[in-house]
Amino acid sequence: MIFIDFLLAFIVGGLICAIGQLLMDVGKMTPGKTLSILVVAGSIISGLGWYQPLIDLAGAGATIPITSFGHSLTQGAIAEAEKHGWVGVLTGMFEVTSSGISSAIVFGFIAALIFKPKGKVN
Amino acid sequence: MNQEQFDKIEQEITPPTPYVKNVLKAFLVGGLICTIGHAITYFYIIFFDFTEKTVGNPTAATIIFISMLLTGFGLYKKIGQFAGAGSAVPVSGFGNAVISAAIEHRTEGFVLGVGGNMFKLAGSVILFGVSSAFVVSLIKLILVTMGVIEW
Repeated sequence: MIFIDFLLAFIVGGLICAIGQLLMDVGKMTPGKTLSILVVAGSIISGLGWYQPLIDLAGAGATIPITSFGHSLTQGAIAEAEKHGWVGVLTGMFEVTSSGISSAIVFGFIAALIFKPKGKVN
Repeated sequence: MNQEQFDKIEQEITPPTPYVKNVLKAFLVGGLICTIGHAITYFYIIFFDFTEKTVGNPTAATIIFISMLLTGFGLYKKIGQFAGAGSAVPVSGFGNAVISAAIEHRTEGFVLGVGGNMFKLAGSVILFGVSSAFVVSLIKLILVTMGVIEW
């Protein structure tokens, strides 16, 4: 059912963000540190093989949070390592993740061309 | 006033962090961004030639595009003040970190300003993501070579 599909995306995505907020508030961490921890966590969970089931369950609820960045880096590296062995760990890493970084770079450049900084932009 | 007294007074004056309220806000906004992302995945599956396995990439790109508009008009900062991690953890937060740094440093020129500072905030995410992916897949490769687990 399509409604439950969206509800799962909402709940899983929301929970990952809530974990991030807890790290920031209770763990007193800076946003940068929080995001780094989430990425590493996503990569480890992916290595254990538990991230793909989460994506199957929640769709964008699992692919939109930054944890999926760690997941797709790891999956790219593992998939190439399976084919080419040791070298594949390095060559495969950005195979799956390319879109997040490339679009951030392209849109960042476009934004720098068309938008003017207004005081403190962040 | 010595350091101890100062710490005590500082603790009394600082309002307590509203943990529950912050977590709820992060949950709601983060969940909402993911729900919008989910709607975008449906859009790409229905109208374009994407499958459930490949749809993650165009969705991330679209979210980052929306994030660019919101960042450029200064709205993402306001969402961030309300939502905290709710707007930082989704990939739009990664986009916002890159894009806001790019806009902010354009006055220093495009090579040294925009080029040099674009990943000032988001660089750590890439560093730790790549490093941990390297370590995790290396461990897996070693374990498979030793015959402990299968691919």
